[in-house]
Amino acid sequence: MGIMFPAFLFLAFAFGRNMSPVSLMPGLIAMSVFFTCSAIAPITMPWETQARTLERLISAPLAVWTILFGDMVASMLTGIIISIVPIIIALAIGTTFTNALVLTLAIILGSVCFAALSLLISSPPKNAPQYSQMISSFIKFPLVFISGVFVPLSELPAFARGICFISPLTYFTDLARYSAGDVNYFPIAADFLAVIGFTAAFWVISVMLHNRTLPKRI
Amino acid sequence: MTSSDGIAIEAHDLTKTYGQITAVDHVNFEVKRGEFFGFLGPNGAGKTTTIRMLTGIIKKDGGEASINGYPAGSIRAKQLSGVMPEQSNAYMDLTAWGNLMLMSEIYRMPGKEAKERSESLLQQLGLYERKDSLASTYSMGMRKRLVLSMALLSDPQLLFLDEPTSGLDVQSVRFMRALLRDLKQQGKTIFLTTHNMEEAAEMCERVAIINHGKIIAQDSPDKLSITAGRIFLVDVSFDKPVDIKTLSNLPAINRVETAQAIQAADQLRAQQAMAGMGRSGGMPGGQNGQQKTHFAGGASTATTSTSRAETSKDYRFRIYTNDTTVLICSLVDYSRENSMQMNILNVRPPSLEDAFVRLTEEKSHGK
Repeated sequence: MGIMFPAFLFLAFAFGRNMSPVSLMPGLIAMSVFFTCSAIAPITMPWETQARTLERLISAPLAVWTILFGDMVASMLTGIIISIVPIIIALAIGTTFTNALVLTLAIILGSVCFAALSLLISSPPKNAPQYSQMISSFIKFPLVFISGVFVPLSELPAFARGICFISPLTYFTDLARYSAGDVNYFPIAADFLAVIGFTAAFWVISVMLHNRTLPKRI
Repeated sequence: MTSSDGIAIEAHDLTKTYGQITAVDHVNFEVKRGEFFGFLGPNGAGKTTTIRMLTGIIKKDGGEASINGYPAGSIRAKQLSGVMPEQSNAYMDLTAWGNLMLMSEIYRMPGKEAKERSESLLQQLGLYERKDSLASTYSMGMRKRLVLSMALLSDPQLLFLDEPTSGLDVQSVRFMRALLRDLKQQGKTIFLTTHNMEEAAEMCERVAIINHGKIIAQDSPDKLSITAGRIFLVDVSFDKPVDIKTLSNLPAINRVETAQAIQAADQLRAQQAMAGMGRSGGMPGGQNGQQKTHFAGGASTATTSTSRAETSKDYRFRIYTNDTTVLICSLVDYSRENSMQMNILNVRPPSLEDAFVRLTEEKSHGK
């Protein structure tokens, strides 16, 4: 899911267009991390409810936020590991990462941010994984197209650029472009602050919502 | 809510509602430390909802509950408790050992202590040889034992057991009950929910009966049986055939059944028990099931009953009475007057099941 989907989207956009694959690689990295990290929690929550293991965790001396933190870390680590694949592909086709440190930090922070987003997506107390996946798709696909993944922000019309600001993927993609030596739209510090801000907001809201909805799952 | 000395569980006006339905309706009870407390009720009475509120799985909508002085559902209360739910909730993709190691991490047990305790529990529960098998390969009985070992791993002071023997075969039920008796002797407080009256009567020091979300009785099984059951069974056998109509005229007799009627009732009960055997692991007839054994005279009884089908005379009778003293005296007088001997005279006090049925029927009929 984290590799195949972004790869096919990438190919769909790259073929027949006069765009350098190198300029699209930051977008592929961003999509891979985004799709991977946001895919796990919407599945694990309903799954654990059906298997009754969520009940075991709730009856254990664990705070709700601890349970959520565990899910978030699992998503984050998976996203970080999966990101290695598009990075290798990017290097193979000649992309040069001029700032590896920024890329590394971006991937770590971005993974945490998208993992927190996935917790938010999984907060409705529906115990069928299909329901969470439906909501997940409804949110993720529009974000991909409004976040400067396929088309750099500077080339978007003004009205579309305004919408980009509300997507956390926008700032992560901007960081990926910067690390690949491509043109970045925002100052790097602003990108990092935005990702951290979105992470904090997603986390706080997720914990609040899950505190309310977790008992309804049982 | 502060803890009273010696009280492990306190519930005060505990309430839970689901929309228009009040699943648990202002229940009040206390469980002393070291006590084996039973929570009885039919399906849908509110037992599991109550235990889930006490263990913090669901939130209460009213009232208060505490575990050893700490609010039920708090981290501290959960640290002091072990929970065995009705349905196994071990991680199927992990081995028994893996499940226990996971629990040890959740309870922050030191590694060495966790390993020693896990080995000890698995051996005690007969799972050690399969400790490296995935939980998904376990039978139902083995999964229940695994979940019990997970509940016991942290050596909690208090155990919540939600129908621990439901769905088990007879041998597994006996094994589980022996285990629970051992835990009781170790001084643990045990809160048990069950709809198996025999189990509750045998194991619990005190029981509360819940029906439609309300506690309708609370006392020791013996006292509940006698005060709420109220009807004693007297099994009597004469050396000569006796007319049931004559016998029915004796004082203090509520009802009389012949051996044939008893056999037919026992057969019906056995058929019903077979249909429900997988759920309770025991005969729902409770002590009545033992009565079947007592009266099992083999083929001769069946033959005799069949041959007497058209008469109201029999040798053996079951008499229902409120006053055993008056009845026994009248049976003795009757035997003497008719130059008969009583070969069997067996007085059976009301069972907990009798009390339960009477109490729940009374409440249902608004008495």
